[in-house]
Amino acid sequence: MKPIQIAVASGKGGTGKTTIATSLALSLAEKYHVAYLDCDVEAPNGHLFLHPEFNTSTEAVIRIPRIDKNRCTLCGKCVEVCQFHALAKVGKTIMVFPQLCHGCGSCTWNCPEHAIEEIPNPIGVLESGKARQDFHYAHGTLTISEPMATPIIRQLKRLEIPPQTAISILDAPPGASCSVVETLRGSDFALLVTEPTPFGLHDLGQMQGIVEEMRIPAGVIINRENGDYLPLLEYCTKHHLPVMLRVPFERRIAEGVARGQTLVEIYPEYRQCFLDLFDSIAVLANQ
Amino acid sequence: MKIVITATKPQTDGLVDPRFGRAQYFILMEAETQQWEALENPAIAQSGGAGVAAAQFIIDKHVDAVVSGDFGPNASRALGGADIKMFLFSPEVDTVQSAVDLFKQDKLQQFK
Repeated sequence: MKPIQIAVASGKGGTGKTTIATSLALSLAEKYHVAYLDCDVEAPNGHLFLHPEFNTSTEAVIRIPRIDKNRCTLCGKCVEVCQFHALAKVGKTIMVFPQLCHGCGSCTWNCPEHAIEEIPNPIGVLESGKARQDFHYAHGTLTISEPMATPIIRQLKRLEIPPQTAISILDAPPGASCSVVETLRGSDFALLVTEPTPFGLHDLGQMQGIVEEMRIPAGVIINRENGDYLPLLEYCTKHHLPVMLRVPFERRIAEGVARGQTLVEIYPEYRQCFLDLFDSIAVLANQ
Repeated sequence: MKIVITATKPQTDGLVDPRFGRAQYFILMEAETQQWEALENPAIAQSGGAGVAAAQFIIDKHVDAVVSGDFGPNASRALGGADIKMFLFSPEVDTVQSAVDLFKQDKLQQFK
């Protein structure tokens, strides 16, 4: 079987991405070699349900410029080429603003005096290890007050995973911005978890636009369903988004999740649902 | 003494703009002669780093002081590094002219 990468995304926060991703991982881990990547680096939470034991920890870094004052002629070329205004020419120095730097390297490349070297600026931590049922688990944690999530997600996705991994499950951050796009990049399938509310539907629309643009096949999971919410079902039909699983709005599930239980622990019968869901994903991802 | 006041309109009888990095206009004034010109803020539509971009614009004009509603951490570091003094609007400031008058009477609080 060719390795497959599945991203779980939603747009709106709190629709149940982690609820779905963790139970999907646990169900599939019985049959396949699974790797779970929590890409919500601003608030990773998969570990609360899967209890991994981390055995590696590395720093996530952005390479920021350091100016050699002896070589710098204050020509200002670096300031001019920086699209992010991470450099300013102030009096007799070039000032660096690390939190604005995207690490693109334009200043280094364009400096006529070769006065810029790049030094690593830590922005967070990447950890990996084993979770229950012996599957691979990794997450990144962005340091509080650091504004840029995409570099750490990119580095998280580049971490080595066991070579036998057949299925990678990526729990995406909420929203529909760069960090979600970075998570989706390279994915074979996007599972869009939504809730039957106007907010859920609105953000599902944003996600649909992204996956269409990125040409990633997608399907919908309706969570906390309480009767048919027609606008959502009509939207899915209109945009050819298959509704692949529906999870009811139920107190027992809410209480279980609040206790740190996964859906398949609360209702073991969901295991088969997730196995069937994966079979459908495998078909849709290859179309 | 060359001062800059952040403004919502390109004139001195218009309201001040409380933002620095994303101010609509900068009114550049020679405090003694009251000669002034309005400059558009080139940083207003930047997706990020507006404070630094606006500060760089001001620094390149060789001004002595800036008066605005507040200064963010990046803008204040850049302006401070260029020895440009920063002052804050007081509650009675409404138009650019009123800010200039209070500045000249030394009644505005310096931002540190």
